[in-house]
Amino acid sequence: MNPGSNPISTLVWTFAVMSLFAVGGGNSAIPEMHRVAVDVRHWMTDKQFADIYAISQLSPGPNVLIVTLIGYSVAGLAGGLAATLAMCGPTAVLAYFVSRLLTRMRHSRWPGIIQAALVPLSIGLMAASACVLAVSSDRSLAAGLVTAGAAVLASATRLNPLWLLLAGGVLGFAGVVG
Amino acid sequence: MGEPAELGWPRRVGRSKSQPMPPDSLPAAASAPNLPTSPPPGLIALFVAFAKMSLSGFGGVLAFARRAIVEQHHWMSAEEFNETFALCHFLPGPNIVNLSVVFGSRFRGIAGGLAAFTGLIGPPVVIVTILAALYAHFGEVEALRRILAGVACAAVGLLMAVVLRMMMPLLKKRDYIGLALMAAVFAAIGLLRLPLPAVLLVAIPISIAISFAIRRRAQRQAKP
Repeated sequence: MNPGSNPISTLVWTFAVMSLFAVGGGNSAIPEMHRVAVDVRHWMTDKQFADIYAISQLSPGPNVLIVTLIGYSVAGLAGGLAATLAMCGPTAVLAYFVSRLLTRMRHSRWPGIIQAALVPLSIGLMAASACVLAVSSDRSLAAGLVTAGAAVLASATRLNPLWLLLAGGVLGFAGVVG
Repeated sequence: MGEPAELGWPRRVGRSKSQPMPPDSLPAAASAPNLPTSPPPGLIALFVAFAKMSLSGFGGVLAFARRAIVEQHHWMSAEEFNETFALCHFLPGPNIVNLSVVFGSRFRGIAGGLAAFTGLIGPPVVIVTILAALYAHFGEVEALRRILAGVACAAVGLLMAVVLRMMMPLLKKRDYIGLALMAAVFAAIGLLRLPLPAVLLVAIPISIAISFAIRRRAQRQAKP
């Protein structure tokens, strides 16, 4: 795909390939989304990327819908739809066929081996997501403290994450984050 | 705040000596749709159920999916749900989206998979698109910028908590090889910012080879 081509086909190609490498779920692909959208294609700024991550977390539905926001910012309504279907379609088809296949290889030990092999990789990817987003969002000491506070509260309590997001929004509005 | 953060996940997918996904229990979940206590759902029921759980799922839909499928509708036992989710977790892509397709197609074939998929994705995409349009118009308003900056900080903290929770099984088992693989992927993607496909095309074969070798050695030790 050359960068000069139609933005919709660039979106489709980008996210279709990315989805197949999103080991462990949508959040594992955050660093790659950031790399493509901010560094490679210059679709948005670092701050805008942090903003749309925040919006995606505030909205209901699967976390992966951050791609709808990226697609929309690139090519409007059609871009949002194209990005969403590209990110969800290929792996959905794959899941359909693999789930049928697995019923036939019931005595194979490969599913267990592959799964065990992917666990540490997916944790590494999620940690990288947190790192990339922290670099985008935590631009002051106070911002870092809000992040640390949310991490501690989320680990230590069973508080609904939405409350922590809203608390962050209130602190941001009050000008704490800077 | 990925879906795996929610209940029951770490128990199932550790690099443990016992099979994380026992092969002989998979078919029970895969080929026995008539086992659950309720009659299998129709297409509209699938669409509505997944739309509901998706719209109530702030910060991950998994917990809501489990509640709806297992407790509310009794379409699957808790055990079957865990097995189905384990399968969807080891496939690439958004887990809950994979789950909707696998679940829907198990009961109503391809049409069922599509019904669950569109129920899960459709309504929230409408909401997110409206938010995207609002952001495109008002993203530069100072108050909104400050609010979103604050939300982003908290969201990063939540993600860190998820990562910590996922790491605990590796730390508890002192799985140094797993931790080293995790650190290598973290450094390559998070610090060096290398492209994801390139990193995984190297890391996945290495990790599978290691995982295979460990399991073989464990089996040899088990039966000398």
